[in-house]
Amino acid sequence: MLEAQIHVTLKKSVLDPQGDTVRSGLATLGFQGVADCRIGKFMVLRLAERDPARARAQVDEMCRRLLANPVIEDYVFQIREVAE
Amino acid sequence: MRWGVLVFPGTWSHQDFGHVFQDVLGVDWGYVWHKDTSLAGYDCLFLPGGFAHGDYLRCGAIARFSPIMEAAIRFARDGGPVMGSCNGFQILCEAGLLPGALLRNSSLQYRCRWVHIRTERTDTPFTRTGRPDQVLRIPISHGEGRYYASPETLDRLRSNGQVVFRYSTADGQITEEANPNGSLENIAGICNEGRNIVGLMPHPERASEALLGSEDGRMLFQGLLEGVLRR
Repeated sequence: MLEAQIHVTLKKSVLDPQGDTVRSGLATLGFQGVADCRIGKFMVLRLAERDPARARAQVDEMCRRLLANPVIEDYVFQIREVAE
Repeated sequence: MRWGVLVFPGTWSHQDFGHVFQDVLGVDWGYVWHKDTSLAGYDCLFLPGGFAHGDYLRCGAIARFSPIMEAAIRFARDGGPVMGSCNGFQILCEAGLLPGALLRNSSLQYRCRWVHIRTERTDTPFTRTGRPDQVLRIPISHGEGRYYASPETLDRLRSNGQVVFRYSTADGQITEEANPNGSLENIAGICNEGRNIVGLMPHPERASEALLGSEDGRMLFQGLLEGVLRR
Protein backbone atom coordinates (compact mmCIF):
# COMPACT_ATOMS: atom_id res chain seq x y z
CA MET A 1 0.00 0.00 0.00
CA LEU A 2 1.18 3.54 -0.69
CA GLU A 3 1.33 6.22 1.94
CA ALA A 4 1.74 9.95 1.35
CA GLN A 5 3.43 12.10 3.98
CA ILE A 6 2.65 15.76 3.40
CA HIS A 7 4.18 18.84 5.00
CA VAL A 8 2.35 22.16 4.68
CA THR A 9 4.11 25.32 5.86
CA LEU A 10 3.50 29.04 5.55
CA LYS A 11 5.30 30.63 2.60
CA LYS A 12 8.58 32.33 3.44
CA SER A 13 7.01 35.72 2.64
CA VAL A 14 4.25 35.15 5.23
CA LEU A 15 4.89 36.17 8.83
CA ASP A 16 4.67 33.16 11.19
CA PRO A 17 4.11 34.57 14.70
CA GLN A 18 3.75 31.06 16.13
CA GLY A 19 7.16 30.07 14.79
CA ASP A 20 8.69 33.31 16.10
CA THR A 21 7.22 32.68 19.56
CA VAL A 22 8.56 29.13 19.66
CA ARG A 23 12.00 30.36 18.52
CA SER A 24 12.13 32.91 21.35
CA GLY A 25 10.99 30.17 23.76
CA LEU A 26 13.89 28.02 22.64
CA ALA A 27 16.25 30.97 23.08
CA THR A 28 14.97 31.39 26.65
CA LEU A 29 15.88 27.75 27.30
CA GLY A 30 19.41 28.49 26.13
CA PHE A 31 19.10 27.28 22.53
CA GLN A 32 20.47 30.49 21.02
CA GLY A 33 21.45 28.92 17.72
CA VAL A 34 17.97 28.67 16.17
CA ALA A 35 17.98 31.19 13.31
CA ASP A 36 14.40 30.58 12.25
CA CYS A 37 11.42 28.43 13.21
CA ARG A 38 8.37 27.74 11.06
CA ILE A 39 5.30 25.87 12.28
CA GLY A 40 3.30 23.79 9.82
CA LYS A 41 1.05 20.80 9.40
CA PHE A 42 1.94 17.15 8.83
CA MET A 43 -0.60 14.90 7.14
CA VAL A 44 -0.44 11.18 6.41
CA LEU A 45 -2.71 9.68 3.74
CA ARG A 46 -3.08 5.98 2.91
CA LEU A 47 -3.90 5.56 -0.74
CA ALA A 48 -5.87 2.97 -2.67
CA GLU A 49 -3.80 3.84 -5.72
CA ARG A 50 -0.92 1.37 -6.27
CA ASP A 51 0.99 3.15 -9.01
CA PRO A 52 3.48 5.63 -7.48
CA ALA A 53 3.40 8.04 -10.45
CA ARG A 54 -0.38 8.24 -10.45
CA ALA A 55 -0.38 8.54 -6.64
CA ARG A 56 2.05 11.44 -6.89
CA ALA A 57 -0.19 13.25 -9.39
CA GLN A 58 -3.25 12.69 -7.21
CA VAL A 59 -1.61 13.93 -4.02
CA ASP A 60 -0.24 16.98 -5.81
CA GLU A 61 -3.75 17.86 -6.95
CA MET A 62 -5.12 17.26 -3.44
CA CYS A 63 -2.54 19.69 -2.06
CA ARG A 64 -3.31 22.34 -4.65
CA ARG A 65 -7.08 22.10 -4.29
CA LEU A 66 -7.57 21.57 -0.56
CA LEU A 67 -4.75 20.49 1.72
CA ALA A 68 -2.74 23.69 1.23
CA ASN A 69 -3.92 27.20 0.42
CA PRO A 70 -1.60 28.34 -2.40
CA VAL A 71 -2.10 31.99 -1.37
CA ILE A 72 -0.28 31.48 1.93
CA GLU A 73 1.20 27.99 2.06
CA ASP A 74 3.82 25.76 0.44
CA TYR A 75 3.73 21.99 0.50
CA VAL A 76 6.09 19.06 -0.02
CA PHE A 77 5.26 15.37 0.10
CA GLN A 78 6.78 11.93 -0.11
CA ILE A 79 5.14 8.75 -1.34
CA ARG A 80 6.33 5.49 0.15
CA GLU A 81 5.37 1.83 0.24
CA VAL A 82 3.98 0.63 3.57
CA ALA A 83 2.64 -2.72 4.80
CA GLU A 84 -1.09 -3.27 4.21
CA MET B 1 -36.45 41.95 -1.82
CA ARG B 2 -35.52 38.93 0.33
CA TRP B 3 -32.27 38.77 2.31
CA GLY B 4 -30.65 35.37 2.85
CA VAL B 5 -28.52 34.37 5.83
CA LEU B 6 -26.36 31.30 5.15
CA VAL B 7 -26.05 28.83 8.02
CA PHE B 8 -23.33 26.16 8.18
CA PRO B 9 -22.82 23.70 11.02
CA GLY B 10 -20.78 25.82 13.44
CA THR B 11 -22.02 29.23 12.27
CA TRP B 12 -22.78 31.38 15.32
CA SER B 13 -23.72 34.91 14.19
CA HIS B 14 -26.73 34.00 12.05
CA GLN B 15 -29.24 34.77 14.81
CA ASP B 16 -27.68 38.21 15.31
CA PHE B 17 -28.14 38.94 11.60
CA GLY B 18 -31.66 37.51 11.78
CA HIS B 19 -32.50 39.66 14.80
CA VAL B 20 -31.28 42.83 13.09
CA PHE B 21 -33.12 42.02 9.86
CA GLN B 22 -36.33 41.08 11.69
CA ASP B 23 -36.51 43.48 14.63
CA VAL B 24 -34.35 46.44 13.68
CA LEU B 25 -34.64 46.79 9.91
CA GLY B 26 -37.94 44.96 9.34
CA VAL B 27 -36.87 43.40 6.05
CA ASP B 28 -38.03 40.17 4.42
CA TRP B 29 -35.36 37.57 5.17
CA GLY B 30 -34.72 33.88 5.76
CA TYR B 31 -32.07 31.37 6.80
CA VAL B 32 -30.50 29.24 4.08
CA TRP B 33 -29.19 25.89 5.37
CA HIS B 34 -25.87 24.75 3.97
CA LYS B 35 -27.45 21.59 2.53
CA ASP B 36 -29.91 23.58 0.43
CA THR B 37 -29.01 23.79 -3.22
CA SER B 38 -31.04 26.77 -4.42
CA LEU B 39 -31.08 30.49 -3.69
CA ALA B 40 -34.23 31.09 -5.73
CA GLY B 41 -36.16 34.04 -4.30
CA TYR B 42 -33.18 35.63 -2.56
CA ASP B 43 -31.82 38.99 -3.69
CA CYS B 44 -28.80 39.30 -1.43
CA LEU B 45 -26.77 36.94 0.68
CA PHE B 46 -24.96 37.16 4.03
CA LEU B 47 -22.32 34.74 5.31
CA PRO B 48 -22.16 35.23 9.09
CA GLY B 49 -19.35 34.59 11.54
CA GLY B 50 -18.65 31.42 13.47
CA PHE B 51 -16.62 28.28 12.94
CA ALA B 52 -18.17 26.65 9.89
CA HIS B 53 -17.45 22.91 9.86
CA GLY B 54 -15.27 23.42 12.93
CA ASP B 55 -12.80 25.46 10.87
CA TYR B 56 -10.97 22.16 10.35
CA LEU B 57 -7.82 22.28 8.21
CA ARG B 58 -8.08 26.07 7.74
CA CYS B 59 -10.80 28.62 8.58
CA GLY B 60 -13.45 28.42 5.88
CA ALA B 61 -11.68 25.65 3.96
CA ILE B 62 -14.36 22.96 4.33
CA ALA B 63 -17.39 25.28 4.08
CA ARG B 64 -16.81 25.76 0.41
CA PHE B 65 -17.76 22.11 -0.16
CA SER B 66 -21.22 22.58 1.37
CA PRO B 67 -23.94 21.92 -1.24
CA ILE B 68 -25.25 25.53 -1.08
CA MET B 69 -21.88 26.96 -2.07
CA GLU B 70 -22.31 26.02 -5.72
CA ALA B 71 -25.44 28.19 -5.88
CA ALA B 72 -23.79 30.88 -3.76
CA ILE B 73 -20.77 31.07 -6.07
CA ARG B 74 -23.05 31.29 -9.11
CA PHE B 75 -25.12 34.01 -7.38
CA ALA B 76 -21.96 35.97 -6.59
CA ARG B 77 -20.44 35.55 -10.05
CA ASP B 78 -23.73 36.75 -11.59
CA GLY B 79 -23.37 40.01 -9.66
CA GLY B 80 -25.67 39.32 -6.69
CA PRO B 81 -24.76 41.30 -3.56
CA VAL B 82 -22.88 39.04 -1.10
CA MET B 83 -21.42 40.03 2.26
CA GLY B 84 -19.20 37.82 4.42
CA SER B 85 -18.42 38.91 7.95
CA CYS B 86 -15.68 37.29 10.08
CA ASN B 87 -15.82 33.53 9.29
CA GLY B 88 -17.96 34.48 6.29
CA PHE B 89 -15.06 36.59 4.99
CA GLN B 90 -12.71 33.63 5.49
CA ILE B 91 -15.10 31.38 3.55
CA LEU B 92 -15.33 33.86 0.65
CA CYS B 93 -11.51 33.92 0.44
CA GLU B 94 -11.21 30.12 0.59
CA ALA B 95 -13.92 29.80 -2.08
CA GLY B 96 -11.88 32.06 -4.36
CA LEU B 97 -14.56 34.78 -4.49
CA LEU B 98 -12.26 37.28 -2.77
CA PRO B 99 -8.46 37.48 -3.09
CA GLY B 100 -6.02 36.83 -0.24
CA ALA B 101 -6.36 34.91 3.02
CA LEU B 102 -6.93 35.43 6.74
CA LEU B 103 -4.16 34.20 9.03
CA ARG B 104 -3.66 33.74 12.76
CA ASN B 105 -3.63 37.13 14.53
CA SER B 106 -0.06 38.36 14.95
CA SER B 107 -0.69 38.52 18.73
CA LEU B 108 -1.58 34.79 18.60
CA GLN B 109 -4.56 35.77 20.78
CA TYR B 110 -8.26 35.78 20.09
CA ARG B 111 -9.37 39.41 19.93
CA CYS B 112 -12.89 40.29 21.03
CA ARG B 113 -13.26 44.04 21.38
CA TRP B 114 -14.46 47.28 19.85
CA VAL B 115 -12.37 48.76 17.05
CA HIS B 116 -12.67 51.62 14.60
CA ILE B 117 -12.64 51.14 10.85
CA ARG B 118 -12.39 53.82 8.19
CA THR B 119 -14.56 53.57 5.09
CA GLU B 120 -12.29 53.61 2.05
CA ARG B 121 -14.86 52.90 -0.68
CA THR B 122 -18.51 53.80 -0.99
CA ASP B 123 -19.00 52.23 -4.44
CA THR B 124 -20.20 48.82 -3.22
CA PRO B 125 -23.86 47.86 -2.67
CA PHE B 126 -23.16 47.64 1.07
CA THR B 127 -21.32 50.92 1.62
CA ARG B 128 -22.99 53.23 -0.87
CA THR B 129 -24.82 55.25 1.78
CA GLY B 130 -21.58 55.78 3.71
CA ARG B 131 -19.33 58.80 3.43
CA PRO B 132 -15.75 58.44 2.21
CA ASP B 133 -13.47 58.32 5.30
CA GLN B 134 -16.47 57.69 7.57
CA VAL B 135 -15.22 56.02 10.76
CA LEU B 136 -17.35 53.22 12.21
CA ARG B 137 -17.17 51.93 15.79
CA ILE B 138 -17.73 48.21 15.48
CA PRO B 139 -16.71 44.99 17.28
CA ILE B 140 -14.30 42.29 16.14
CA SER B 141 -14.24 38.75 17.51
CA HIS B 142 -11.67 36.49 15.88
CA GLY B 143 -8.44 34.55 16.23
CA GLU B 144 -7.62 34.45 12.52
CA GLY B 145 -8.17 37.89 11.05
CA ARG B 146 -4.74 38.93 9.81
CA TYR B 147 -5.35 39.80 6.17
CA TYR B 148 -2.60 38.67 3.83
CA ALA B 149 -2.21 38.87 0.08
CA SER B 150 0.84 38.58 -2.16
CA PRO B 151 2.52 41.89 -3.12
CA GLU B 152 1.06 41.58 -6.66
CA THR B 153 -2.46 41.01 -5.32
CA LEU B 154 -2.05 43.89 -2.89
CA ASP B 155 -1.03 46.17 -5.78
CA ARG B 156 -4.10 45.12 -7.69
CA LEU B 157 -6.37 45.73 -4.68
CA ARG B 158 -4.94 49.22 -4.33
CA SER B 159 -5.11 50.18 -8.00
CA ASN B 160 -8.66 48.81 -8.42
CA GLY B 161 -9.84 50.45 -5.20
CA GLN B 162 -10.85 47.12 -3.65
CA VAL B 163 -9.87 47.96 -0.06
CA VAL B 164 -13.23 48.87 1.50
CA PHE B 165 -12.29 49.27 5.19
CA ARG B 166 -9.07 49.83 7.15
CA TYR B 167 -8.58 49.64 10.93
CA SER B 168 -8.09 53.17 12.18
CA THR B 169 -8.10 55.36 15.25
CA ALA B 170 -11.38 57.01 16.31
CA ASP B 171 -10.46 60.04 14.21
CA GLY B 172 -9.61 58.01 11.11
CA GLN B 173 -5.82 57.78 11.35
CA ILE B 174 -4.34 54.54 9.98
CA THR B 175 -1.80 53.56 12.65
CA GLU B 176 -0.09 50.38 13.78
CA GLU B 177 -1.72 50.67 17.22
CA ALA B 178 -5.17 50.72 15.59
CA ASN B 179 -4.47 47.40 13.84
CA PRO B 180 -5.82 44.63 16.10
CA ASN B 181 -4.49 41.59 14.24
CA GLY B 182 -1.50 42.50 12.09
CA SER B 183 -3.42 42.76 8.80
CA LEU B 184 -1.36 44.07 5.90
CA GLU B 185 -1.92 47.82 5.47
CA ASN B 186 -4.58 47.73 8.24
CA ILE B 187 -7.00 46.03 5.84
CA ALA B 188 -10.28 45.16 7.59
CA GLY B 189 -12.47 44.58 4.53
CA ILE B 190 -12.21 44.22 0.77
CA CYS B 191 -14.40 43.69 -2.28
CA ASN B 192 -14.02 41.81 -5.55
CA GLU B 193 -13.33 43.56 -8.86
CA GLY B 194 -17.04 43.50 -9.68
CA ARG B 195 -17.65 45.25 -6.29
CA ASN B 196 -20.73 43.13 -5.45
CA ILE B 197 -18.89 40.83 -3.01
CA VAL B 198 -17.68 42.39 0.25
CA GLY B 199 -15.82 40.64 3.06
CA LEU B 200 -14.87 42.15 6.40
CA MET B 201 -13.65 40.81 9.74
CA PRO B 202 -15.75 43.13 11.99
CA HIS B 203 -19.38 42.39 12.88
CA PRO B 204 -21.86 44.99 11.57
CA GLU B 205 -24.76 42.91 12.96
CA ARG B 206 -23.41 43.44 16.49
CA ALA B 207 -23.31 47.21 16.02
CA SER B 208 -26.81 47.92 14.80
CA GLU B 209 -28.57 49.09 17.97
CA ALA B 210 -27.73 51.91 20.36
CA LEU B 211 -28.57 49.58 23.25
CA LEU B 212 -25.61 47.39 22.27
CA GLY B 213 -23.17 50.28 22.10
CA SER B 214 -23.16 51.35 18.46
CA GLU B 215 -25.44 51.74 15.46
CA ASP B 216 -22.56 52.31 13.06
CA GLY B 217 -22.83 48.84 11.55
CA ARG B 218 -26.24 49.65 10.07
CA MET B 219 -24.50 51.61 7.34
CA LEU B 220 -23.57 48.23 5.81
CA PHE B 221 -27.27 47.33 5.46
CA GLN B 222 -28.61 50.78 4.63
CA GLY B 223 -27.28 50.67 1.06
CA LEU B 224 -29.44 47.65 0.27
CA LEU B 225 -32.50 49.20 1.95
CA GLU B 226 -32.21 52.40 -0.02
CA GLY B 227 -31.56 50.36 -3.15
CA VAL B 228 -35.05 48.95 -2.70
CA LEU B 229 -36.58 52.40 -2.30
CA ARG B 230 -34.96 53.64 -5.44
CA ARG B 231 -36.43 50.87 -7.60
